[in-house]
Amino acid sequence: MGGINIMELDDRDIIICRCEDGTLADVKDAIHRLGLRSVEEIKRVKRFGMGHCQGKTCGKIIAQIISQELGIPYEDIKPATPRQPAKNIRLDKFANYNGGKNED
Amino acid sequence: MKINASCVIIGAGINGCTLAYELALNGMKDIVVVEKNFIASGATGRCGGGIRQQWSTPMNIKFAVESVHIFEKLDEMLNYKTEYFQGGYLILAYTDEEVNQFEKNVRLQKSLGLEVDIISAEQAKKIVPRLNVDGVKAATYCATDGHANPFYVTQAYAQKAKELGVKFLLDTEVHSIVTEGNNIKSVTTNKGNINTDTVINASGGYAHLIAKMLNIDIPVKPYRHEILVTEPVNRIIDPMIISFYHSIYFRQELNGGILMGQGDPNEPSSFNVEGSFPFVQEVTSKVLKLMPCLKNVAMVRQWAGLYSVTPDAQPILGPVGDFEKFIQVVGFSGHGFMLAPRVAQHLSNYIINGNTSYEMKELSIKRFENAQLNVDVNVV
Ligand SMILES: Cc1cc2nc3c(=O)[nH]c(=O)nc-3n(C[C@H](O)[C@H](O)[C@H](O)COP(=O)(O)OP(=O)(O)OC[C@H]3O[C@@H](n4cnc5c(N)ncnc54)[C@H](O)[C@@H]3O)c2cc1C
Ligand code: FES
Repeated sequence: MGGINIMELDDRDIIICRCEDGTLADVKDAIHRLGLRSVEEIKRVKRFGMGHCQGKTCGKIIAQIISQELGIPYEDIKPATPRQPAKNIRLDKFANYNGGKNED
Repeated sequence: MKINASCVIIGAGINGCTLAYELALNGMKDIVVVEKNFIASGATGRCGGGIRQQWSTPMNIKFAVESVHIFEKLDEMLNYKTEYFQGGYLILAYTDEEVNQFEKNVRLQKSLGLEVDIISAEQAKKIVPRLNVDGVKAATYCATDGHANPFYVTQAYAQKAKELGVKFLLDTEVHSIVTEGNNIKSVTTNKGNINTDTVINASGGYAHLIAKMLNIDIPVKPYRHEILVTEPVNRIIDPMIISFYHSIYFRQELNGGILMGQGDPNEPSSFNVEGSFPFVQEVTSKVLKLMPCLKNVAMVRQWAGLYSVTPDAQPILGPVGDFEKFIQVVGFSGHGFMLAPRVAQHLSNYIINGNTSYEMKELSIKRFENAQLNVDVNVV
């Protein structure tokens, strides 16, 4: 069984944001070439964190990468601004919302 | 920090970045853009990205039409994929008054060279087959209207401006402007002073606060404007669809998400940019009436930004007060993204060559001294 040595994976093969198809190479490029310095900026310019899960999967990983690449303590890296809804909800649930009475 | 600058641009939204690029391209050196957050962090990065030429005043139409000519070449010019897409704008009329107004608009728009038509509800349905056209009396359609990704466009301009030598100071907030007589001497920020004799106010929803630093009142007020986006779905809508009657607009992004926004006439002026629940309820119930097929599609995110609104829904361009070199590019009233590319060319020509164009005269702050304003009514 050969298996993959993860230490030898190319940055372009390591998926960081699976919703928006962003690799480690993309995130490093955003930091070093585009000069982006925060999870929020990377979200807005690269869309990593704007996908189906809204960054619940990739947000913390991107914060870690910024921390490593720019030498900023992880605790000092702010998450992206949280936006409603906390969970994806169908449009008709909003359109027909009647204050919580007789919900289907 | 101690810097000398030929000019300081306050704000790195679309207007600050397009102007920085045009000035640098035309040979100006030592331009500094000061931004309190990051590029496109204000209204620009929150906007709908719509680019429409169907306005009701000659100046809004002209700037939009000429900006479209720039957008059409933008990717090549700036070497960036900005997701510019000409899917048209379809504007629905529900009352006889609207039909009359639209006929007037289309006459004016055509006289300025725009290809635009009044079409029937049936024709509108051909353009968007899933649209419910009940109650639609007529519509206007312009095929060369469209949209682009506001982050990409702003980033593209900023990146090129940097290559041309423009300095961007991010996380830097302007606190005051130092003057001597009618001349500007320097700009004070939380990180130090910048010596300059020219200040450009491109601060979006904060424009009146920057003017206040020189004791000047400008008629620009910030209002929250809310918007939301759904998960991506198959391609079903090419144009941006607007109903002034419902005060809504919606379009589909290239990645498939449906973007929808609503204007609220009761919204008070404020700096509030929080999303609200009543907005989501109202906009979804209106959009589902027009596009019932979206009912099972999930909303993934809502947000808000500031419209900076003037009394006639047209921007204020050029100097104000007694300061010849305090130049405004403010008050875009909800359509600054689409007008910015061409507006920046007029302003750069003024700043570098001293040429005040006819358009700049029309949009100078002096127009508010007239009793008769030409108000653009085509706003959401
Ligand atoms: C929800 C919504 C939808 C919209 N839809 C559209 C649309 O479809 N099409 C369209 O054309 N327009 C649209 N608009 C309007 C458009 O977003 C604005 O007209 C345009 O982005 C204005 O750009 P700007 O560069 O003038 O201002 P902004 O993008 O707001 O930039 C101003 C910048 O100045 C900075 N700043 C402020 N004060 C200071 C200070 N003291 N020191 C340093 N920096 C400072 C801010 O941080 C900000 O980044 C929409 C707006 C909203 C809110
Ligand atoms: S993993 Fe990045 S948005 Fe879902």
